[in-house]
Amino acid sequence: MNVIYVLWLRQLKRYLRSRARLIGSLGQPLLFLFAFGFGFGPMYAKAGGGNYMQFLAPGVICMAILFTAVFMGIEIIWDRQFGFLKETLVAPVSRMNIMLGRTLGGATVATIQGVIVFLIALLAGFRPEYWYSVVFALPVMFLIAVLFTAFGTGVASVMSDFHGFQLVMNFLVMPLFFLSGALFPLNDLSKVINAIVRIDPLTYGVDALRGVFLGTSHLGLGPDILVLSLVTVLFLIIGSHLFSKIEV
Amino acid sequence: MTAIIRADGVTRKFRDFTAVDHASFTVEHGEIFAFLGPNGAGKTTTIKMLTTLLHPTSGTIEIDGHNPVTEQNEVRKSFGIVFQDPSVDDELTAYENMELHGVLYGIPRKLRRDRIDQLLEIVELSDRRNSLMKEFSGGMKRRLEIARGLLHHPKVLFLDEPTIGLDPQTRNHLWAYVQKLNKEEGITVFLTTHYMEEADRVANTIAVIDHGRIIERGTSQELKERTKTASLEEAFLALTGHEIREEQLDAHDQFRNRMRQKRR
Repeated sequence: MNVIYVLWLRQLKRYLRSRARLIGSLGQPLLFLFAFGFGFGPMYAKAGGGNYMQFLAPGVICMAILFTAVFMGIEIIWDRQFGFLKETLVAPVSRMNIMLGRTLGGATVATIQGVIVFLIALLAGFRPEYWYSVVFALPVMFLIAVLFTAFGTGVASVMSDFHGFQLVMNFLVMPLFFLSGALFPLNDLSKVINAIVRIDPLTYGVDALRGVFLGTSHLGLGPDILVLSLVTVLFLIIGSHLFSKIEV
Repeated sequence: MTAIIRADGVTRKFRDFTAVDHASFTVEHGEIFAFLGPNGAGKTTTIKMLTTLLHPTSGTIEIDGHNPVTEQNEVRKSFGIVFQDPSVDDELTAYENMELHGVLYGIPRKLRRDRIDQLLEIVELSDRRNSLMKEFSGGMKRRLEIARGLLHHPKVLFLDEPTIGLDPQTRNHLWAYVQKLNKEEGITVFLTTHYMEEADRVANTIAVIDHGRIIERGTSQELKERTKTASLEEAFLALTGHEIREEQLDAHDQFRNRMRQKRR
Protein backbone atom coordinates (compact mmCIF):
# COMPACT_ATOMS: atom_id res chain seq x y z
CA MET A 1 0.00 0.00 0.00
CA ASN A 2 2.85 2.34 0.94
CA VAL A 3 4.59 1.45 -2.27
CA ILE A 4 1.59 2.42 -4.38
CA TYR A 5 1.26 5.66 -2.43
CA VAL A 6 4.89 6.68 -2.75
CA LEU A 7 4.92 6.05 -6.50
CA TRP A 8 1.65 7.92 -6.87
CA LEU A 9 3.15 10.83 -4.97
CA ARG A 10 6.22 10.78 -7.18
CA GLN A 11 4.15 11.25 -10.32
CA LEU A 12 2.30 14.12 -8.71
CA LYS A 13 5.46 15.87 -7.56
CA ARG A 14 7.05 15.56 -10.97
CA TYR A 15 3.96 17.04 -12.55
CA LEU A 16 3.71 19.97 -10.18
CA ARG A 17 7.39 20.79 -10.58
CA SER A 18 7.37 20.84 -14.34
CA ARG A 19 5.51 24.06 -15.12
CA ALA A 20 6.53 24.05 -18.77
CA ARG A 21 4.98 20.65 -19.34
CA LEU A 22 1.88 21.60 -17.42
CA ILE A 23 1.26 24.69 -19.52
CA GLY A 24 2.47 23.11 -22.75
CA SER A 25 0.05 20.22 -22.52
CA LEU A 26 -2.86 22.65 -22.20
CA GLY A 27 -2.04 24.31 -25.52
CA GLN A 28 -3.74 21.82 -27.78
CA PRO A 29 -7.01 21.48 -25.85
CA LEU A 30 -7.26 25.26 -25.62
CA LEU A 31 -6.75 25.63 -29.33
CA PHE A 32 -9.51 23.11 -30.00
CA LEU A 33 -11.81 24.75 -27.52
CA PHE A 34 -11.42 28.22 -28.96
CA ALA A 35 -10.84 27.56 -32.66
CA PHE A 36 -13.53 24.91 -32.97
CA GLY A 37 -15.82 26.27 -30.31
CA PHE A 38 -16.01 29.75 -31.75
CA GLY A 39 -15.23 28.79 -35.35
CA PHE A 40 -17.85 26.10 -35.85
CA GLY A 41 -20.26 27.52 -33.29
CA PRO A 42 -22.38 29.64 -35.67
CA MET A 43 -22.55 26.88 -38.30
CA TYR A 44 -23.54 24.29 -35.70
CA ALA A 45 -26.28 26.56 -34.37
CA LYS A 46 -27.56 27.24 -37.89
CA ALA A 47 -27.77 23.49 -38.55
CA GLY A 48 -30.04 23.22 -35.54
CA GLY A 49 -27.53 21.59 -33.20
CA GLY A 50 -27.79 24.27 -30.52
CA ASN A 51 -24.85 25.65 -28.60
CA TYR A 52 -21.64 24.04 -29.91
CA MET A 53 -19.55 25.10 -26.91
CA GLN A 54 -21.87 23.07 -24.68
CA PHE A 55 -21.39 20.09 -26.94
CA LEU A 56 -17.65 20.52 -27.47
CA ALA A 57 -16.40 21.23 -23.94
CA PRO A 58 -16.81 17.66 -22.57
CA GLY A 59 -15.04 16.38 -25.70
CA VAL A 60 -12.08 18.69 -25.20
CA ILE A 61 -11.90 17.83 -21.49
CA CYS A 62 -11.65 14.19 -22.59
CA MET A 63 -8.96 15.16 -25.05
CA ALA A 64 -6.83 16.72 -22.33
CA ILE A 65 -7.30 13.60 -20.20
CA LEU A 66 -6.51 11.27 -23.09
CA PHE A 67 -3.30 13.04 -24.10
CA THR A 68 -2.00 13.47 -20.57
CA ALA A 69 -2.91 9.94 -19.53
CA VAL A 70 -1.26 8.25 -22.50
CA PHE A 71 1.78 10.45 -22.02
CA MET A 72 2.00 9.59 -18.31
CA GLY A 73 1.87 5.91 -19.18
CA ILE A 74 4.48 6.25 -21.88
CA GLU A 75 6.74 8.06 -19.41
CA ILE A 76 8.07 4.63 -18.45
CA ILE A 77 10.29 4.93 -21.50
CA TRP A 78 11.87 8.04 -20.00
CA ASP A 79 12.41 6.27 -16.71
CA ARG A 80 13.98 3.46 -18.59
CA GLN A 81 16.38 5.69 -20.52
CA PHE A 82 17.29 7.72 -17.46
CA GLY A 83 17.72 4.64 -15.34
CA PHE A 84 15.16 5.21 -12.62
CA LEU A 85 13.07 2.23 -13.71
CA LYS A 86 15.87 -0.12 -12.64
CA GLU A 87 15.76 1.28 -9.13
CA THR A 88 12.12 0.24 -8.82
CA LEU A 89 12.59 -3.09 -10.58
CA VAL A 90 15.29 -4.37 -8.20
CA ALA A 91 13.28 -3.35 -5.13
CA PRO A 92 11.57 -6.11 -3.14
CA VAL A 93 8.08 -5.15 -4.31
CA SER A 94 5.79 -6.70 -6.88
CA ARG A 95 5.66 -5.28 -10.36
CA MET A 96 1.91 -5.18 -10.02
CA ASN A 97 2.21 -2.61 -7.22
CA ILE A 98 4.73 -0.56 -9.17
CA MET A 99 2.41 -0.52 -12.16
CA LEU A 100 -0.60 0.40 -9.99
CA GLY A 101 1.21 3.25 -8.23
CA ARG A 102 2.40 4.71 -11.49
CA THR A 103 -0.95 4.31 -13.18
CA LEU A 104 -2.94 5.88 -10.37
CA GLY A 105 -0.41 8.72 -10.18
CA GLY A 106 -0.56 9.31 -13.91
CA ALA A 107 -4.35 9.13 -13.87
CA THR A 108 -4.53 11.68 -11.06
CA VAL A 109 -2.38 14.07 -13.06
CA ALA A 110 -4.53 13.53 -16.17
CA THR A 111 -7.66 14.21 -14.12
CA ILE A 112 -6.19 17.46 -12.84
CA GLN A 113 -5.47 18.49 -16.44
CA GLY A 114 -9.07 17.68 -17.27
CA VAL A 115 -10.29 19.85 -14.40
CA ILE A 116 -8.12 22.75 -15.57
CA VAL A 117 -9.61 22.50 -19.07
CA PHE A 118 -13.07 22.35 -17.49
CA LEU A 119 -12.39 25.60 -15.66
CA ILE A 120 -11.15 27.25 -18.83
CA ALA A 121 -14.22 25.99 -20.67
CA LEU A 122 -16.35 27.75 -18.04
CA LEU A 123 -14.58 30.97 -18.98
CA ALA A 124 -15.27 30.26 -22.64
CA GLY A 125 -18.98 30.04 -21.93
CA PHE A 126 -19.54 26.37 -21.12
CA ARG A 127 -22.34 25.89 -18.57
CA PRO A 128 -23.04 22.48 -17.00
CA GLU A 129 -26.72 21.87 -16.45
CA TYR A 130 -26.33 21.61 -12.68
CA TRP A 131 -23.42 22.93 -10.67
CA TYR A 132 -23.26 19.69 -8.67
CA SER A 133 -22.66 17.64 -11.81
CA VAL A 134 -18.97 18.40 -11.19
CA VAL A 135 -19.11 15.94 -8.28
CA PHE A 136 -20.16 13.15 -10.66
CA ALA A 137 -17.88 14.32 -13.44
CA LEU A 138 -14.73 13.81 -11.35
CA PRO A 139 -15.01 10.03 -10.96
CA VAL A 140 -15.91 9.69 -14.65
CA MET A 141 -12.87 11.73 -15.59
CA PHE A 142 -10.69 9.65 -13.30
CA LEU A 143 -12.02 6.44 -14.83
CA ILE A 144 -11.16 7.67 -18.33
CA ALA A 145 -7.74 8.70 -17.04
CA VAL A 146 -6.99 5.29 -15.51
CA LEU A 147 -8.07 3.59 -18.71
CA PHE A 148 -5.68 5.53 -20.92
CA THR A 149 -2.78 5.61 -18.46
CA ALA A 150 -2.94 1.82 -18.34
CA PHE A 151 -3.10 1.85 -22.13
CA GLY A 152 0.03 4.05 -22.30
CA THR A 153 1.84 1.82 -19.81
CA GLY A 154 1.11 -1.22 -21.92
CA VAL A 155 2.30 0.48 -25.09
CA ALA A 156 5.47 1.78 -23.39
CA SER A 157 6.28 -1.65 -22.00
CA VAL A 158 6.76 -3.05 -25.49
CA MET A 159 8.64 -0.02 -26.86
CA SER A 160 12.38 0.13 -26.36
CA ASP A 161 12.98 3.80 -27.20
CA PHE A 162 11.40 7.13 -28.08
CA HIS A 163 11.30 6.48 -31.81
CA GLY A 164 7.95 4.79 -31.58
CA PHE A 165 6.45 7.70 -29.69
CA GLN A 166 5.44 9.67 -32.78
CA LEU A 167 3.95 6.50 -34.20
CA VAL A 168 1.83 6.05 -31.12
CA MET A 169 0.66 9.65 -31.21
CA ASN A 170 -0.26 9.64 -34.90
CA PHE A 171 -1.66 6.16 -35.28
CA LEU A 172 -3.23 5.55 -31.89
CA VAL A 173 -3.85 8.68 -29.86
CA MET A 174 -4.99 11.02 -32.64
CA PRO A 175 -7.45 8.49 -34.11
CA LEU A 176 -8.72 7.72 -30.61
CA PHE A 177 -9.51 11.39 -30.20
CA PHE A 178 -10.89 12.24 -33.64
CA LEU A 179 -13.04 9.12 -33.89
CA SER A 180 -14.57 9.47 -30.44
CA GLY A 181 -17.41 11.84 -31.15
CA ALA A 182 -15.62 14.54 -29.16
CA LEU A 183 -16.06 16.94 -32.08
CA PHE A 184 -19.19 15.67 -33.81
CA PRO A 185 -22.56 14.21 -32.76
CA LEU A 186 -23.03 10.46 -33.03
CA ASN A 187 -26.48 10.52 -34.65
CA ASP A 188 -26.92 9.93 -38.37
CA LEU A 189 -23.38 8.63 -38.92
CA SER A 190 -22.68 6.30 -41.83
CA LYS A 191 -22.50 2.61 -40.89
CA VAL A 192 -18.73 2.37 -41.30
CA ILE A 193 -17.92 5.44 -39.20
CA ASN A 194 -20.46 4.39 -36.64
CA ALA A 195 -18.82 0.98 -36.29
CA ILE A 196 -15.38 2.55 -35.87
CA VAL A 197 -16.65 5.07 -33.35
CA ARG A 198 -18.23 2.27 -31.33
CA ILE A 199 -14.93 0.43 -30.83
CA ASP A 200 -13.12 3.57 -29.65
CA PRO A 201 -13.22 3.51 -25.83
CA LEU A 202 -12.97 7.30 -25.69
CA THR A 203 -16.42 7.47 -27.34
CA TYR A 204 -17.92 6.13 -24.14
CA GLY A 205 -15.86 8.54 -22.06
CA VAL A 206 -17.02 11.57 -24.04
CA ASP A 207 -20.58 10.35 -24.03
CA ALA A 208 -20.53 9.68 -20.28
CA LEU A 209 -19.12 13.12 -19.56
CA ARG A 210 -21.82 14.73 -21.71
CA GLY A 211 -24.37 12.69 -19.83
CA VAL A 212 -23.07 13.96 -16.52
CA PHE A 213 -22.64 17.60 -17.50
CA LEU A 214 -25.61 18.09 -19.83
CA GLY A 215 -28.01 15.32 -18.85
CA THR A 216 -28.10 14.01 -22.41
CA SER A 217 -26.06 11.05 -23.54
CA HIS A 218 -26.33 9.23 -26.81
CA LEU A 219 -25.60 5.74 -25.54
CA GLY A 220 -26.85 6.08 -21.97
CA LEU A 221 -24.76 6.90 -18.91
CA GLY A 222 -25.10 3.42 -17.41
CA PRO A 223 -23.84 1.52 -20.48
CA ASP A 224 -21.07 4.12 -20.91
CA ILE A 225 -19.76 3.60 -17.39
CA LEU A 226 -20.04 -0.15 -17.76
CA VAL A 227 -18.03 -0.21 -20.99
CA LEU A 228 -15.42 2.19 -19.55
CA SER A 229 -15.03 0.07 -16.42
CA LEU A 230 -14.67 -3.17 -18.35
CA VAL A 231 -12.12 -1.72 -20.75
CA THR A 232 -10.20 -0.18 -17.84
CA VAL A 233 -9.97 -3.53 -16.08
CA LEU A 234 -8.91 -5.17 -19.33
CA PHE A 235 -6.20 -2.55 -19.99
CA LEU A 236 -4.97 -2.78 -16.40
CA ILE A 237 -4.58 -6.53 -16.78
CA ILE A 238 -2.86 -6.29 -20.16
CA GLY A 239 -0.74 -3.32 -19.02
CA SER A 240 0.51 -5.00 -15.88
CA HIS A 241 1.19 -8.20 -17.77
CA LEU A 242 3.32 -6.36 -20.33
CA PHE A 243 4.97 -4.32 -17.59
CA SER A 244 5.90 -7.50 -15.72
CA LYS A 245 7.73 -8.66 -18.84
CA ILE A 246 9.98 -5.60 -19.09
CA GLU A 247 13.67 -6.36 -19.00
CA VAL A 248 16.24 -3.66 -18.34
CA MET B 1 35.10 -17.85 5.45
CA THR B 2 31.87 -18.84 3.75
CA ALA B 3 30.56 -17.84 0.38
CA ILE B 4 27.87 -15.20 0.19
CA ILE B 5 27.58 -15.38 -3.60
CA ARG B 6 27.72 -18.71 -5.35
CA ALA B 7 27.39 -19.09 -9.12
CA ASP B 8 27.41 -22.59 -10.50
CA GLY B 9 27.54 -23.20 -14.24
CA VAL B 10 25.57 -20.05 -14.94
CA THR B 11 24.72 -19.57 -18.60
CA ARG B 12 22.67 -16.90 -20.30
CA LYS B 13 21.78 -16.97 -23.95
CA PHE B 14 20.13 -14.25 -26.02
CA ARG B 15 18.76 -16.14 -29.00
CA ASP B 16 21.90 -17.72 -30.49
CA PHE B 17 24.34 -15.42 -28.68
CA THR B 18 25.80 -16.76 -25.44
CA ALA B 19 26.54 -13.79 -23.18
CA VAL B 20 27.59 -15.84 -20.17
CA ASP B 21 28.89 -19.35 -20.63
CA HIS B 22 29.00 -21.76 -17.68
CA ALA B 23 30.38 -19.21 -15.25
CA SER B 24 31.16 -20.61 -11.81
CA PHE B 25 32.59 -18.55 -8.99
CA THR B 26 32.15 -17.76 -5.33
CA VAL B 27 32.45 -14.52 -3.42
CA GLU B 28 33.35 -14.83 0.25
CA HIS B 29 31.66 -13.00 3.10
CA GLY B 30 33.22 -9.61 3.69
CA GLU B 31 35.56 -9.48 0.74
CA ILE B 32 35.91 -6.94 -2.03
CA PHE B 33 35.51 -8.84 -5.25
CA ALA B 34 36.46 -7.28 -8.58
CA PHE B 35 34.86 -8.67 -11.69
CA LEU B 36 36.93 -7.58 -14.68
CA GLY B 37 36.55 -8.07 -18.38
CA PRO B 38 36.62 -6.25 -21.71
CA ASN B 39 33.48 -4.64 -23.12
CA GLY B 40 30.88 -7.21 -24.01
CA ALA B 41 32.56 -9.94 -21.96
CA GLY B 42 29.43 -10.65 -19.93
CA LYS B 43 29.97 -8.54 -16.80
CA THR B 44 26.73 -6.63 -16.87
CA THR B 45 24.70 -9.69 -17.86
CA THR B 46 26.19 -11.53 -14.88
CA ILE B 47 25.34 -8.67 -12.52
CA LYS B 48 21.80 -8.59 -13.88
CA MET B 49 21.43 -12.29 -13.14
CA LEU B 50 22.86 -11.93 -9.64
CA THR B 51 20.48 -9.06 -8.95
CA THR B 52 17.28 -10.77 -10.19
CA LEU B 53 16.89 -8.60 -13.30
CA LEU B 54 17.57 -11.50 -15.65
CA HIS B 55 17.05 -15.23 -15.24
CA PRO B 56 19.88 -17.57 -16.18
CA THR B 57 19.18 -19.88 -19.10
CA SER B 58 20.82 -22.62 -17.04
CA GLY B 59 22.93 -23.00 -13.91
CA THR B 60 22.17 -21.85 -10.38
CA ILE B 61 22.91 -18.78 -8.31
CA GLU B 62 22.77 -18.28 -4.57
CA ILE B 63 22.94 -14.92 -2.84
CA ASP B 64 23.19 -15.17 0.93
CA GLY B 65 21.59 -18.60 0.70
CA HIS B 66 18.71 -17.53 -1.52
CA ASN B 67 17.96 -18.24 -5.15
CA PRO B 68 17.35 -15.07 -7.23
CA VAL B 69 14.84 -16.88 -9.44
CA THR B 70 12.66 -18.50 -6.81
CA GLU B 71 13.25 -16.22 -3.81
CA GLN B 72 13.33 -12.87 -5.54
CA ASN B 73 12.32 -10.70 -2.61
CA GLU B 74 14.76 -12.26 -0.12
CA VAL B 75 17.57 -11.75 -2.59
CA ARG B 76 16.49 -8.19 -3.37
CA LYS B 77 16.55 -7.25 0.30
CA SER B 78 20.02 -8.66 0.71
CA PHE B 79 21.84 -6.47 -1.81
CA GLY B 80 22.24 -2.83 -2.72
CA ILE B 81 23.30 -1.76 -6.17
CA VAL B 82 24.85 1.20 -7.91
CA PHE B 83 24.18 0.78 -11.60
CA GLN B 84 26.52 1.68 -14.41
CA ASP B 85 24.22 4.55 -15.45
CA PRO B 86 22.61 6.97 -13.02
CA SER B 87 19.32 5.63 -11.72
CA VAL B 88 18.05 8.51 -9.62
CA ASP B 89 14.95 10.53 -10.34
CA ASP B 90 16.23 13.91 -11.50
CA GLU B 91 12.97 15.67 -10.74
CA LEU B 92 13.08 14.68 -7.08
CA THR B 93 15.37 15.97 -4.35
CA ALA B 94 18.18 13.96 -2.81
CA TYR B 95 16.09 13.37 0.27
CA GLU B 96 13.03 12.33 -1.72
CA ASN B 97 15.07 9.80 -3.68
CA MET B 98 16.28 8.31 -0.41
CA GLU B 99 12.81 8.37 1.08
CA LEU B 100 11.32 6.61 -1.94
CA HIS B 101 13.95 3.91 -1.71
CA GLY B 102 13.27 3.46 1.99
CA VAL B 103 9.56 2.99 1.36
CA LEU B 104 10.18 0.53 -1.48
CA TYR B 105 12.30 -1.54 0.90
CA GLY B 106 9.72 -1.36 3.65
CA ILE B 107 11.87 0.44 6.23
CA PRO B 108 9.65 1.91 8.98
CA ARG B 109 9.37 5.68 8.95
CA LYS B 110 11.36 6.56 12.07
CA LEU B 111 14.23 4.22 11.27
CA ARG B 112 14.17 5.40 7.66
CA ARG B 113 14.51 9.06 8.57
CA ASP B 114 17.35 8.38 11.02
CA ARG B 115 19.27 6.32 8.52
CA ILE B 116 18.78 8.82 5.71
CA ASP B 117 20.16 11.59 7.93
CA GLN B 118 23.13 9.45 8.86
CA LEU B 119 23.92 8.33 5.34
CA LEU B 120 23.59 11.81 3.84
CA GLU B 121 26.02 12.94 6.50
CA ILE B 122 28.47 10.19 5.58
CA VAL B 123 28.42 10.93 1.84
CA GLU B 124 28.61 14.66 2.65
CA LEU B 125 25.36 15.65 1.02
CA SER B 126 23.46 16.79 4.10
CA ASP B 127 23.51 20.42 3.08
CA ARG B 128 22.13 19.54 -0.37
CA ARG B 129 19.39 17.22 0.85
CA ASN B 130 16.60 19.39 -0.51
CA SER B 131 18.19 20.14 -3.86
CA LEU B 132 16.78 18.54 -6.99
CA MET B 133 18.97 15.78 -8.38
CA LYS B 134 19.24 17.49 -11.74
CA GLU B 135 21.32 20.19 -10.07
CA PHE B 136 23.84 17.57 -8.89
CA SER B 137 27.16 16.80 -10.56
CA GLY B 138 27.99 13.25 -11.69
CA GLY B 139 30.10 12.65 -8.58
CA MET B 140 27.39 13.88 -6.23
CA LYS B 141 24.84 11.63 -7.90
CA ARG B 142 27.17 8.68 -7.46
CA ARG B 143 27.58 9.45 -3.77
CA LEU B 144 23.86 9.65 -3.33
CA GLU B 145 23.38 6.36 -5.16
CA ILE B 146 25.84 4.67 -2.84
CA ALA B 147 24.08 6.11 0.19
CA ARG B 148 20.77 4.93 -1.27
CA GLY B 149 22.15 1.46 -1.96
CA LEU B 150 23.10 1.18 1.72
CA LEU B 151 19.86 2.47 3.18
CA HIS B 152 18.32 -0.95 3.68
CA HIS B 153 21.53 -2.37 5.22
CA PRO B 154 22.38 -4.84 2.47
CA LYS B 155 24.87 -7.64 2.93
CA VAL B 156 26.28 -7.24 -0.55
CA LEU B 157 26.88 -4.01 -2.44
CA PHE B 158 27.10 -4.25 -6.23
CA LEU B 159 29.02 -1.46 -7.91
CA ASP B 160 28.88 -1.61 -11.70
CA GLU B 161 31.63 0.70 -12.99
CA PRO B 162 30.91 3.22 -10.25
CA THR B 163 33.78 5.58 -11.04
CA ILE B 164 33.19 6.05 -14.76
CA GLY B 165 33.38 9.73 -15.70
CA LEU B 166 34.47 10.90 -12.25
CA ASP B 167 37.54 13.01 -11.49
CA PRO B 168 40.46 11.47 -9.55
CA GLN B 169 39.49 13.31 -6.36
CA THR B 170 35.99 11.89 -6.35
CA ARG B 171 37.24 8.43 -7.31
CA ASN B 172 39.71 8.35 -4.47
CA HIS B 173 37.13 9.55 -2.05
CA LEU B 174 34.62 6.98 -3.25
CA TRP B 175 36.96 4.01 -2.95
CA ALA B 176 38.19 5.13 0.45
CA TYR B 177 34.58 5.19 1.55
CA VAL B 178 33.80 1.77 0.07
CA GLN B 179 36.84 0.28 1.79
CA LYS B 180 35.82 1.80 5.07
CA LEU B 181 32.33 0.37 4.74
CA ASN B 182 33.74 -3.01 3.93
CA LYS B 183 36.05 -2.96 6.92
CA GLU B 184 33.74 -1.46 9.50
CA GLU B 185 30.38 -2.88 8.49
CA GLY B 186 31.63 -6.09 6.92
CA ILE B 187 29.69 -5.45 3.72
CA THR B 188 30.71 -7.64 0.83
CA VAL B 189 31.47 -5.59 -2.26
CA PHE B 190 31.11 -6.89 -5.81
CA LEU B 191 32.51 -4.41 -8.30
CA THR B 192 33.29 -4.04 -11.96
CA THR B 193 35.64 -1.44 -13.37
CA HIS B 194 37.82 -0.74 -16.37
CA TYR B 195 40.39 1.04 -14.23
CA MET B 196 42.84 -1.73 -13.38
CA GLU B 197 44.74 0.32 -10.83
CA GLU B 198 41.50 0.72 -8.87
CA ALA B 199 40.85 -3.00 -8.83
CA ASP B 200 44.48 -3.59 -7.91
CA ARG B 201 44.21 -1.23 -4.98
CA VAL B 202 40.88 -2.17 -3.43
CA ALA B 203 40.03 -5.76 -4.37
CA ASN B 204 40.91 -8.84 -2.33
CA THR B 205 39.92 -11.18 -5.12
CA ILE B 206 39.82 -10.59 -8.85
CA ALA B 207 37.99 -12.66 -11.44
CA VAL B 208 38.49 -12.08 -15.15
CA ILE B 209 35.68 -12.88 -17.56
CA ASP B 210 35.98 -12.98 -21.31
CA HIS B 211 33.59 -14.23 -23.98
CA GLY B 212 31.23 -15.15 -21.18
CA ARG B 213 33.73 -17.48 -19.48
CA ILE B 214 35.64 -16.98 -16.26
CA ILE B 215 39.20 -17.33 -17.42
CA GLU B 216 41.16 -16.46 -14.29
CA ARG B 217 40.64 -15.90 -10.63
CA GLY B 218 42.90 -14.97 -7.72
CA THR B 219 44.49 -12.08 -5.91
CA SER B 220 46.07 -9.32 -7.94
CA GLN B 221 49.47 -10.74 -6.98
CA GLU B 222 48.56 -14.22 -8.16
CA LEU B 223 47.31 -12.92 -11.49
CA LYS B 224 50.53 -11.01 -12.07
CA GLU B 225 52.63 -14.05 -11.17
CA ARG B 226 50.67 -16.40 -13.39
CA THR B 227 50.97 -14.11 -16.38
CA LYS B 228 54.53 -13.04 -15.50
CA THR B 229 53.63 -9.36 -15.72
CA ALA B 230 54.39 -6.38 -13.55
CA SER B 231 50.99 -4.70 -13.32
CA LEU B 232 47.40 -5.82 -13.22
CA GLU B 233 46.76 -3.94 -16.46
CA GLU B 234 49.43 -5.98 -18.24
CA ALA B 235 48.12 -9.16 -16.67
CA PHE B 236 44.62 -8.26 -17.88
CA LEU B 237 45.85 -7.66 -21.43
CA ALA B 238 47.88 -10.87 -21.37
CA LEU B 239 44.74 -12.76 -20.38
CA THR B 240 42.22 -11.11 -22.67
CA GLY B 241 44.34 -10.09 -25.69
CA HIS B 242 45.05 -6.73 -27.22
CA GLU B 243 42.45 -6.30 -29.91
CA ILE B 244 39.62 -3.83 -29.37
CA ARG B 245 36.21 -5.32 -28.66
CA GLU B 246 33.11 -4.34 -30.49
CA GLU B 247 30.39 -4.47 -27.96
CA GLN B 248 27.11 -5.77 -29.26
CA LEU B 249 24.65 -3.01 -28.58
CA ASP B 250 20.94 -3.38 -28.76
CA ALA B 251 18.81 -0.45 -29.89
CA HIS B 252 18.14 0.54 -26.33
CA ASP B 253 21.82 0.86 -25.42
CA GLN B 254 22.59 2.79 -28.56
CA PHE B 255 19.88 5.23 -27.73
CA ARG B 256 21.10 5.61 -24.20
CA ASN B 257 24.58 6.38 -25.43
CA ARG B 258 23.24 9.08 -27.68
CA MET B 259 21.29 10.62 -24.84
CA ARG B 260 24.37 10.53 -22.67
CA GLN B 261 26.37 12.39 -25.27
CA LYS B 262 23.65 14.96 -25.63
CA ARG B 263 23.61 15.63 -21.94
CA ARG B 264 27.32 16.37 -21.81
